[in-house]
Amino acid sequence: MTTGALSGTGARDSAWTPVVDHFRDYVARLRGGDMGVLPALLGLTALCTAFSIMRPRFLTSGNFANLFTQGAAVTIIAMGLIFVLVLGEIDLSAGFASGVCAAVAAVLMDSHGVPWYLAVAAALATGVVIGLGIGFLVAKLGIPSFVVTLGAFLAFQGVLLKIVQDGKNISVHDSTILAIAGKNVTPWLGWLMAAAAVGCYAAVQFTRAISRAKRGLATPPTAVTALRVGALAVLVGAGVYALNLERSRNAAVASLKGVPIVVPVIVVLLALGTFVLRRTAYGLSLYAVGGNREAARRAGINVDRVRISAFVICSTLAAVGGIVAASRANSVDPNTGGSNVLLYAVGAAVIGGTSLFGGKGRVLDAVLGGAVVAVIDNGMGLMGYSAGVKYIVTGSVLLLAAGVDALSRKRAEASGLR
Amino acid sequence: MSPATSISEGYSASASPDAPPVLELRGINKSFGPVHVLRDVDLTVRAGEVTALVGDNGAGKSTLVKCIGGIHPADSGSYLFEGQPVKVDSPRAAAELGVEIVYQDLALCDNLDIVQNMFLGRETTKRFVLDEVTMEQLAADTLASLSVRTVTSVRQRVASLSGGQRQTVAIAKAVLWNSKVVVLDEPTAALGVAQTAQVLELVRRLADKGLAVVLISHNMNDVFAVADRIAVLYLGRMTAQVSTSDVTHSQVVELITTGRGAATRREAPDEPNGTAGADGTSEWKNGERP
Repeated sequence: MTTGALSGTGARDSAWTPVVDHFRDYVARLRGGDMGVLPALLGLTALCTAFSIMRPRFLTSGNFANLFTQGAAVTIIAMGLIFVLVLGEIDLSAGFASGVCAAVAAVLMDSHGVPWYLAVAAALATGVVIGLGIGFLVAKLGIPSFVVTLGAFLAFQGVLLKIVQDGKNISVHDSTILAIAGKNVTPWLGWLMAAAAVGCYAAVQFTRAISRAKRGLATPPTAVTALRVGALAVLVGAGVYALNLERSRNAAVASLKGVPIVVPVIVVLLALGTFVLRRTAYGLSLYAVGGNREAARRAGINVDRVRISAFVICSTLAAVGGIVAASRANSVDPNTGGSNVLLYAVGAAVIGGTSLFGGKGRVLDAVLGGAVVAVIDNGMGLMGYSAGVKYIVTGSVLLLAAGVDALSRKRAEASGLR
Repeated sequence: MSPATSISEGYSASASPDAPPVLELRGINKSFGPVHVLRDVDLTVRAGEVTALVGDNGAGKSTLVKCIGGIHPADSGSYLFEGQPVKVDSPRAAAELGVEIVYQDLALCDNLDIVQNMFLGRETTKRFVLDEVTMEQLAADTLASLSVRTVTSVRQRVASLSGGQRQTVAIAKAVLWNSKVVVLDEPTAALGVAQTAQVLELVRRLADKGLAVVLISHNMNDVFAVADRIAVLYLGRMTAQVSTSDVTHSQVVELITTGRGAATRREAPDEPNGTAGADGTSEWKNGERP
């Protein structure tokens, strides 16, 4: 077997043959149960179309910007959860952990006059400590993560109540923190960042393809790569254009336009998380431990350390999510990170395509799933439904996504494509 | 089979009868609590040969393999690698010597592809970034060098492979690291007829490339098809280590079940002090030594 024979590009009858082959492979994978981003993308499109028709206000630039700030905290917490879910574990305490971390930052800034960067650092450190504690109990003592984090869920709720002193809320005054969810990037900078993001994506894709082709390895057809880059450019361009429209009702008094600052924050976390999971030995060890713990152990991977580190990453990202939530609410109260936040985050990960059974998941899943959750929440709100109906619908969507996950896993087992 | 057929790729020196065996165990004892699993076991493994390790259930085959692989270090006895005494007390130490074990349950991650599995825990990186290109090429080259044609893409997930293909990947993973000794624990136990033939062919090729192969098997047909020597364990003792050409099917079965080979021809005298086999000739030992 030569390396050339490994490529699936086939005969070169026409320039389109490799593209058609690639597409056929993709369809075969879909049918085998490897759905990738498709369910989340289809769901997102369907939901957006439905809400746009029923409530035209859904499609306005202002509401579009709202979607990002509404979904940001849940999305970031979901990103952290992906690392734990890939191991086949769960962190039910991520929601209240985010609240505790945000409260730590808020108390430091409000009562002690600590500058914002130190307060954020303290919040992140709190997240690391929380993750270490949970990870230790799960990996070293061997308590199931469900039980540990269920206990932590309750305990952190109490800690949060203690920090905010039984019911009062701590307001956040720091302009930098408030800017995260409240301010926008100036339009030209938005375009610049969009161009940089698409450019980076294209550079990564093409240099990879070139270095593979140089060594004679199978590469996806150039047309497919170009198509991907093009699609991303169109999507990003449309998004930035919409967000750069004037959203203020009275532009003369206060202009409101540009990409919300949370968007580049999420994009950076997405790129960083994807890099860690896909391009480092550490990321691979996470998948290995999630896929077959014994095999990972025999391969010399320090399984305990990998498991603890995943909980640390989860809680630290929860801290980031908590700060974003505090920025949006201008305060921290006993319910920050509480009520539906955690279930929305788990839902976001699963809806995006991360498996609850472990071994499968991408950081992108959190973003796509987070978008679906935010759209449901936002759209149903516009339709005038009560919180009760929203919860029922979101819960049903989560069950639907988990069902799709379980079914596609069954199917993948049958066709061997898990 | 003579070592002459196995000369290749710089292993010829160690494959000659005069060179010390690649791996030699002398007087290995291992107990788990009150259970004395291995009693003064000797084993000689030579480069370019397939040494079959046979024995009934509970004879101590798996324990012996774990001693070789460093998972359960032996309580007493010596472990000689290329003639030098070494201490193998962890899987890492064994891997550093070039001793790789392919376990019965394969230890592959279903959710990872072939390349990722072959390099698991020992990934090639460039400044913390996985060097996917180099790894993919090395994996493909290793499979090619073993003349594996059953795997179409090294980027396939292991979940999509058949039992024989998985075994192939596990073996390729073991030889990827320029290993000198490969121990295969029941590689054909779960395979069909055609796949068994493929895996046995691969086992033979490994030895012909100059590696020392230890094959654990219950299947006498497999043993006689590929092994150069047969080592028989009976209730924790090594009762015999003979050339395949010197024994018959039924004699080996008798050794496995009773620990005695009364009807068989003796090539070397008994050496009850446990150093037999060091001279490299076939040796017989009394299964009922005190």
